Amino acid sequence: MRKGPSAFNVASVVLGLAFLYAPIAILVVYSFNASRLVTVWGGFSTRWYKALFQDAQMLEAVWVTLRVGVLSATMSTFVGALAAVALVRGRFEGRTALASGIYATLVMPEVILGLSLLLLFVSLGLPRGFWTVTLSHATLTLAYATVVIQARLASFDRHLEEAAQDLGCPPWKAFVLVTLPGIAPAVAAAWMLAFTLSLDDLVIASFTSGPGATTLPMRLYSQVRLGVDPKINAVSTLLIGLVATGVIAAYLIQQRQRRRQSG
Amino acid sequence: MKGRGGLAAILPFLWLALFFAFPFLLVAKLSLSDTALAIPPYAPRIDWSRGLAGVRDFLAALDVETYGRLTRDRLYLDAYLSSLRIAATGTGLLLLIGYPIAYGIARCPPAVRQALVMAVVLPFWTSFLIRIYAWIAILKPAGVLNAALGALGLPPVDILNTETAVILGLVYAYLPFMVLPLYAVLEKQDESLIEAAQDLGATPLSAFWRVTFPLSIPGAAAGALLCFIPMAGEFVIPDLLGGSETLMLGRVIWTEFFANRDWPAASAVAVVLLATLVVPILLFERQQAKVLR
Repeated sequence: MRKGPSAFNVASVVLGLAFLYAPIAILVVYSFNASRLVTVWGGFSTRWYKALFQDAQMLEAVWVTLRVGVLSATMSTFVGALAAVALVRGRFEGRTALASGIYATLVMPEVILGLSLLLLFVSLGLPRGFWTVTLSHATLTLAYATVVIQARLASFDRHLEEAAQDLGCPPWKAFVLVTLPGIAPAVAAAWMLAFTLSLDDLVIASFTSGPGATTLPMRLYSQVRLGVDPKINAVSTLLIGLVATGVIAAYLIQQRQRRRQSG
Repeated sequence: MKGRGGLAAILPFLWLALFFAFPFLLVAKLSLSDTALAIPPYAPRIDWSRGLAGVRDFLAALDVETYGRLTRDRLYLDAYLSSLRIAATGTGLLLLIGYPIAYGIARCPPAVRQALVMAVVLPFWTSFLIRIYAWIAILKPAGVLNAALGALGLPPVDILNTETAVILGLVYAYLPFMVLPLYAVLEKQDESLIEAAQDLGATPLSAFWRVTFPLSIPGAAAGALLCFIPMAGEFVIPDLLGGSETLMLGRVIWTEFFANRDWPAASAVAVVLLATLVVPILLFERQQAKVLR
């Protein structure tokens, strides 16, 4: 086979990426548009950003969303790491059941998950609010965290941990001292993914949230329904910038580690 | 639990049992209840103070009346059929669009591949709601698309609030989920197989059809299931891009719950959707179990 991509290969990749990025690019460009109209360019302006930082409700929603994200990502990464260890290392009855449970939450439509969690909180008599959203988001993101950590753990060389055990290290200590640092990048990636998914979720938050715990997607959704508002472009651009910086930084750190390991 | 490594599984198991399995039983139970003017708005509820008699009365009051309502109203059947149709169309288009992209990335030199995979994943990390919202500005009558068409001297199109817009939004949002599993199988493929086929006289095209494509079917199946299942229950995309005509089950559940406060109907629709998705979900799990082993 001729090595390297053909013209057709290059064209499909370029068009595919253009399709993925064009809407985002348009959003970013129009967040700096002085005009309120989408198709009219009224010159460069940061007025929508100023308006955004004067919108107390929006800022309150950002604060709620960040707290929910940090807490739920921490919970789901912890439980997900345990699940990953059990799935990769475990040879026990019920391992298949655990795997099916995890994969089922991965593809379950969010409306079903949201409705069922709401009914759980109602039947337990828990008032809906900050904590119910946090627990629900931890459940939503558990599968993603598990899958990310599991992939790294499966390729991690077990012999290192066994060597530590042969040298007299107790199993749990060998795991904490040898394996955990080895899979740390995957644990961090899992946390980031869980955090991002939590920041992003509208459906489950709408079902399980209560008064005083309106998240940013809920606030955005109610504004989007009223029509296109350039302030939303501004908040979106900030979010996109934040996440892109985080992801690209994580990628560069990983690349450097890989070079150091191989070099 | 018998065997090794069961200890680590206890907490995940308890979590899934409490927050995933048990709530489904509640949904099933509620779908057999009736709406009531109460908080929460359904009846019957178990009267624990009366002990066993309370439980017995509760069970006696359950019925399948809500499901009867679903079959009598055309709206539910229409929403059901269009959910499946839209999700199937979207999955087909995703395969057609995702395959050349995944294949193109797999043919690039390894260093470029890494960066391209990241470029495909990156939009997924940005807000889903916002990416769909961006399409409103593009598709609306005085939007970016029509401005571009006008500049080219082409007639404007009005596709916002139609099924076409919903399918476009689905394809856009789920593209990374199709490209990644396809790329994973294509990247691992042994190039010497293709060389062998070509040495034996196969043209590049027939080598692709008879070697590369059959070997990539597991990836295509994984991608198709990973997209089809959540798409069938999708709410945000039909709600923002579909207008009032596009009926999908995810949206029906949302409306019954939030607008009509009909919790039993929302639950019954959720049960029907889940029952439909059980087979694709089991297929997906078998697929993933193979990967795990």
